[in-house]
Amino acid sequence: MAGGGATGGSVQSETYREARTLLLLPAWVTLGLLTLAPLMIMLIYSFLTKEFRGGVIWEFSLEAYDQFFFDRGLFGDEPPKIEWTYIGIFWRSIWQAGAATILSLLIGFPTAYFIATRPERQRALWVFLVTIPYWVNLLIRTVSMKFLLRDEGPLNDGLMSIGLISEPLGIVNTNLAVQLGLFYSYLPFMVLPIYAAVERYNFALSEAASDLYAPRWAVLRRIVIPSVKPGIIAGCILVFVPSLGSFLAPDLLGGAKTFMIGSLIEEQFKGNAGNWPFGAAASMILLTMVLILLMVFARQSRKEEA
Amino acid sequence: MPQDTDIAIDVQGAVKRYGTFTALKTISLSIRDNEFFTLLGPSGCGKTTLLRMIAGFEDVTEGAIYLYGDEIDALPPYKRPVNTVFQNYALFPHMNVLDNVGFGLEMLGQSKSETRARAGEALEMVQLSQFAARKPSQLSGGQQQRVALARALAPRPKVLLLDEPLSALDLKLRKAMQVELKHLQLETGITFIFVTHDQEEALTMSDRIAVMSSGELQQLGNAREIYEQPRNVFVADFIGDTNLMQVTVDAVADGRAECHLGGAHRLTCDAVGGIGAGAKVHMSLRPERLFLSADPVDANSLKGRVREMIYIGTDIATIVDLDGGPQFTVRSSNSSRGNARVFEPGTEVAINMEQGAARLLID
Repeated sequence: MAGGGATGGSVQSETYREARTLLLLPAWVTLGLLTLAPLMIMLIYSFLTKEFRGGVIWEFSLEAYDQFFFDRGLFGDEPPKIEWTYIGIFWRSIWQAGAATILSLLIGFPTAYFIATRPERQRALWVFLVTIPYWVNLLIRTVSMKFLLRDEGPLNDGLMSIGLISEPLGIVNTNLAVQLGLFYSYLPFMVLPIYAAVERYNFALSEAASDLYAPRWAVLRRIVIPSVKPGIIAGCILVFVPSLGSFLAPDLLGGAKTFMIGSLIEEQFKGNAGNWPFGAAASMILLTMVLILLMVFARQSRKEEA
Repeated sequence: MPQDTDIAIDVQGAVKRYGTFTALKTISLSIRDNEFFTLLGPSGCGKTTLLRMIAGFEDVTEGAIYLYGDEIDALPPYKRPVNTVFQNYALFPHMNVLDNVGFGLEMLGQSKSETRARAGEALEMVQLSQFAARKPSQLSGGQQQRVALARALAPRPKVLLLDEPLSALDLKLRKAMQVELKHLQLETGITFIFVTHDQEEALTMSDRIAVMSSGELQQLGNAREIYEQPRNVFVADFIGDTNLMQVTVDAVADGRAECHLGGAHRLTCDAVGGIGAGAKVHMSLRPERLFLSADPVDANSLKGRVREMIYIGTDIATIVDLDGGPQFTVRSSNSSRGNARVFEPGTEVAINMEQGAARLLID
């Protein structure tokens, strides 16, 4: 009898295990097909030889990475020097995305704080208002941005009509235009996580701090910001990462001097002039950089929690 | 303009309105220097609002608040030399215990070493020195409570405000903290303003108590006055247990009022100004100031029948029905030296009262 009981138990747990596998299957398939497989394809392509009209030849090659980091002269026969062109583009991208992130934080934090401190019934409406513009296609929003910023656009017209400036600022095709474009593209990704954090914040802590002689700035700096830091970090990552790889804003709002990684990669796959392995390699390098960045952030916040 | 330095906090005609709702109706009271002062009342009575007005978290709609003669009601909280112990402690979760306690000193511009030294002293005062490096989340509720106390005391405020600080603690811990708070107050010589809805807590700790209800001050006095000479029905009912009953005053003569309790039951008690013959008013009789006997002991004894006996531990409560009159609860101490014998349900008994036990109340 005892043996029969044990068998029954194991049958049950086997069923359970099967059911669990079955239930987890969609998640595994999704992850595998949509995340791992494309990544693997990209990784493999970055180590293949380029075909001149786009596409690849199935021969192993380190050429793409070599081209990214080293300059071997026009005919490839000179001793290798460091190739600064692409590293420069990466550096500029980091700087552009960083500036856009800081701009988003400066505008997004007060916005999120404002929304979170409205009466509870009003908050949903405010969040809704923040997200409405993002129902419009990114391309259209970016083009519209160009119309707003251009020399004959409402920004310059307005500033000139109130006499603040005497001639157009010439923002379009500058770094600033790209930063503004990126900032506007991803602002809600900054506002929403900070809003969620501020909403959970215990405002009695602000009262306690001001009771303990902290003026408003000290309350914000010493109590509020440290308390909502996870939201701020999440917002910064969510704005910085897509900004880094973005190509719409730099293409439409910037010029030759504002070329960013996203555009570099885009070009490698567009038309017949591209270089697929090189584009894949640049993507892998970008991915590695982002991962390292996230790991540093994660370690930092874990250290602070301890 | 009060210049009296014996007065720590002087509230003069303070009113608080939220839109059309009046939370506080013209409160005036003076809290003395070095006093343990309690604001007591049920939730929604305005006691916390008054405390928050003193702290600076709420504006004063009308009236003024003075701290040792200086008007403070227009100052922001961080410019008032008063500190608060919050109901749920409001400890800063990202700072360790020592930094929490030192925060006020740091904001006052004390040097790092001075801040550390004085925060350490404050922690020592609440016996938590060994927890200085912990985060608040690693402490028990009682320990967090002490940290909150140390944090509020460390800057040596002129007045310490305590907003129901013990309400989240269990009974045993609460009793221990009551004693500790009282000791801290005596030790530091700081004026404490304590807000609570727990009348026993108020009676145990306070030098003086302000009983509040519906935004109004009902009575101000020390524990004995509040308990033994309640001014009105609310105070008598809110503080302790009492037999509260409607009576009709038949006659008033020689400072005594003859009252009719219903049925054939009458008793005389001290007359109260403003209550004349024919008045229908309330009377309060504290259960412990009554005692039972088989036969009446004087003219004020009431005859009744025991309905129920309740064993409380320290006391025995006997519920007695008066024929055609109200029901009484009589409490006697549960000891062999106790003031009464035990009467079984159904027994005929007489309810007798100590001198001054029956009090007429204004409504």
